[in-house]
Amino acid sequence: MIERHLSNKRSARAEALRRAFYRFRQSRLSLIGAAMVATVVFFTLFGAVLAPFPEHVDGGVDTSNRFSAPSLAHPFGTNELGQDVLSLVMAGTPVSVSAGFAVVFIGSVLGVIVGALAGFNGGWIDDVLMRFSDLMLTLPSLILAMAVAAALGPGFGNMIIAIALAWWPGYARLVRGEVLQAREEVYVAAARAIGASPFRVLFRHILPNIVSPVIVKMSLDMGFAILTVAALGFIGIGVRPPTPEWGTQLSIARSYMPDFWWTAVFPGLAMFMAVFGFNLLGDGLRDVLDPRARR
Amino acid sequence: MLEIENVSRTFPARRGLFGSTGGVRALNQVNLSVSKGESLGLVGESGSGKTTLTRQILRLDTPTSGRILFEGQDMAKLGPAALRALRARVQIVFQDPYASLNPRMSVHDIVTEPMLIHRGKLGLDRRQRTDRAAELLELVGLGPQHLYRHPHEFSGGQRQRICIARALAPGPSLLLLDEPTSALDVSVQAQVLNLLIDLQERLGLTYFFISHDLGVIRYICDRVAIIFQGEIKEEGRTQQIFDAPKSEYARSLLAAMPEVRVPD
Amino acid sequence: MASLLEIRDLHLSMHSFEGAAKVLSGVTLSVEKGQIWGLVGETGCGKSLTGLSVSRLVRTPPAEYTRGKILLNGTDVLTLDEPRMRALRGRRIGMIFQDPTTNLNPSFRISTQLIDVALAAARHDSKILGLPATAGRWARRQAARRLAIDMLTEVGIPDAATRVDDYPHQFSGGMRQRVLIAMALVGQPDLLIADEPTTALDVSVQAQILDLLKQMVTVHDMGVVLITHNLGVVAQTCTHVAVMYAGAIVEKGPIRAVLTDPAHPYTKALMQAIPRRDVARGALQGLPGAVPNLVQPPAGCRFAPRCILAQPSCSKVPAEHERAAGHLVACPVVQAAHHA
Repeated sequence: MIERHLSNKRSARAEALRRAFYRFRQSRLSLIGAAMVATVVFFTLFGAVLAPFPEHVDGGVDTSNRFSAPSLAHPFGTNELGQDVLSLVMAGTPVSVSAGFAVVFIGSVLGVIVGALAGFNGGWIDDVLMRFSDLMLTLPSLILAMAVAAALGPGFGNMIIAIALAWWPGYARLVRGEVLQAREEVYVAAARAIGASPFRVLFRHILPNIVSPVIVKMSLDMGFAILTVAALGFIGIGVRPPTPEWGTQLSIARSYMPDFWWTAVFPGLAMFMAVFGFNLLGDGLRDVLDPRARR
Repeated sequence: MLEIENVSRTFPARRGLFGSTGGVRALNQVNLSVSKGESLGLVGESGSGKTTLTRQILRLDTPTSGRILFEGQDMAKLGPAALRALRARVQIVFQDPYASLNPRMSVHDIVTEPMLIHRGKLGLDRRQRTDRAAELLELVGLGPQHLYRHPHEFSGGQRQRICIARALAPGPSLLLLDEPTSALDVSVQAQVLNLLIDLQERLGLTYFFISHDLGVIRYICDRVAIIFQGEIKEEGRTQQIFDAPKSEYARSLLAAMPEVRVPD
Repeated sequence: MASLLEIRDLHLSMHSFEGAAKVLSGVTLSVEKGQIWGLVGETGCGKSLTGLSVSRLVRTPPAEYTRGKILLNGTDVLTLDEPRMRALRGRRIGMIFQDPTTNLNPSFRISTQLIDVALAAARHDSKILGLPATAGRWARRQAARRLAIDMLTEVGIPDAATRVDDYPHQFSGGMRQRVLIAMALVGQPDLLIADEPTTALDVSVQAQILDLLKQMVTVHDMGVVLITHNLGVVAQTCTHVAVMYAGAIVEKGPIRAVLTDPAHPYTKALMQAIPRRDVARGALQGLPGAVPNLVQPPAGCRFAPRCILAQPSCSKVPAEHERAAGHLVACPVVQAAHHA
């Protein structure tokens, strides 16, 4: 009997997946977004390995071959040190994407905790937590990040901490609003009526139902986080060369514009693709993940 | 089994930016009693205090004055543990079967959840809970093949059956039925009403049936109480109230009832 | 003389994940002035889609009209372009929906909303305001306001001259539904489509609104299609009734004929499911089974899989036969029994 239950369980899951995929497919834009994100993720995993000039990624230079225009040997051209731009862009993917992901992950975890506590408890806890997050929202993330970098010194970890500190209040607000709404749902009243503890109500009935907007926001935010990471690199307080990073590459390349345009355009395009892809994906996910919009 | 004695609930005046609103007396000196095995119908229009009264009985809210006794115990005096035990004895089925099931949980999780919460009292392990859930689904006219589906895969009538199964899971003796069929089609409503009658006979349940549909109340209830603006206007045996209503309000309510009869 | 509304063999498909659902299959209905047709059936039977189709408010795609016509005073609305359709809506066709709260804009006064509707209707027919077509802006506005107040008085809003400047939230649910009826009648439509107009209301208010609707039909000489799931409401209000099941009308005719002599097994089942006065506890008849999947509907009669009378002949699309004057039933089995 139990075996039969389990096979039901599996087929129900498969059916739900097929349905989700059908709805995702309805929108061509989200498919394009997913393809772009897949490319970005692929280079995150294999970019450094596949780079045609791995020695350039590790900081090697080739001064005899400076600023050569895009060609078959160097499809993206070479930079002021004669390094292959394609290799640097490919190898820059993991830094940007993992930093972006770390920021969004830390920010959302903090934000969900704060927002859920505030929305679920209400009263003075809500007031204190939300005023505090409002306060954090008033600090521009770049300035905050610069301050943290100044205090803790520049570097990958500090940069992530700095951006995440400015990032969580957005999630806190979103989650608080969603929790307040979900708290009034009939199934939450039903859970209380069967004697569920507040802990169970929050974790079993409220939080699972607000995962979708959080995931959608995470996907949309990935793009912005990648941008912010790049912006910090651009102003020189993010990742330090020779570690390849798009923002830093762009920053250095800007002094050689417009004559050696390829040094700036290709890191810029990579950034564009990552940001745009995550945004499209986020929009598509919003359509798929909303169980109320099921058809 | 359930005694409601002089219960009033006043919502205090709220003082806002644009002046204060007066206090609202949602329930005024309500007296009702339900004895074991019977079905009491509570009829009222929107804003009459029906919902406020159910919230008092479920202890989701506390009366301003008066008391509610369940099996002789004053509900206001129960400690947390006793209150939790009480939750197993008094269960509710809500009006809207589309909103009252958590869309992220499978039917199995929905129906076993009360058994998990009250496992101290029921003493069922994981496997037994699953088997009991399958039994309950069969009892309400579904089957074990539905265990791992999610609510959105079911029709309104089936969802209401799932809600009933969930309500029965902790082994209650009193069931609050808050307009359980008003979101359903008539042919489905008939099935659910018959299921409720059948369950009452099999399990010896007591029903507190809230509705604005007089036809449904007449069909299922032994006694009826009519509530208007927080006050019980009339109470008595169903037959008697429908044949010879005493209060003016009951008469007007019955006159407005849309009966299916051939027009003259 | 063309009928006010004539729906002929209307087929509508709805495209979705599962495929094309044939949600309407051969709906035929004609409505004359002075008649109130109750369109009754359960969730998903297509009654609302039929009503929405008349004012072309069904989005295409995902919907697709595969066959049939909807003639309004002889013109097929399915062939009209959007601007001409807009002229028709609110003018020749008035609509009232279920929820009176969501169909009034909460941030505008009732007067503003009614005047807008009146002015829009007057653009197509200046007689509505009782002014010559050349009247100035101000005169038209004043006339529209007078008309708004008159309409509110007519639908039974006390002290309409002052209430007209209130906001929607200052009215009760029943009063809001009256306002919506006034709004639907401003353009003096020939046809009123009311989709579950009283479902959100209390019974006593419901009775008042239904009375008002009946009264308006005589005063304004229109035809009404009242869409509802409640056979009691139909019995209380309508002159005619059409019973729908799974996208088709199974039985229709004058209300007396259908209620005294329900012939189609589905109509009978529906009536037996209603807790009426004389039904003993536990004796109510539910309808076993479920509504068919409309992506792959049963061939022929769609009710056959749940029908107690089902026979092999039910696999053909049932033709309507006239049981009594104007009383049509789409069931070959019943027909055979009737003639035997």
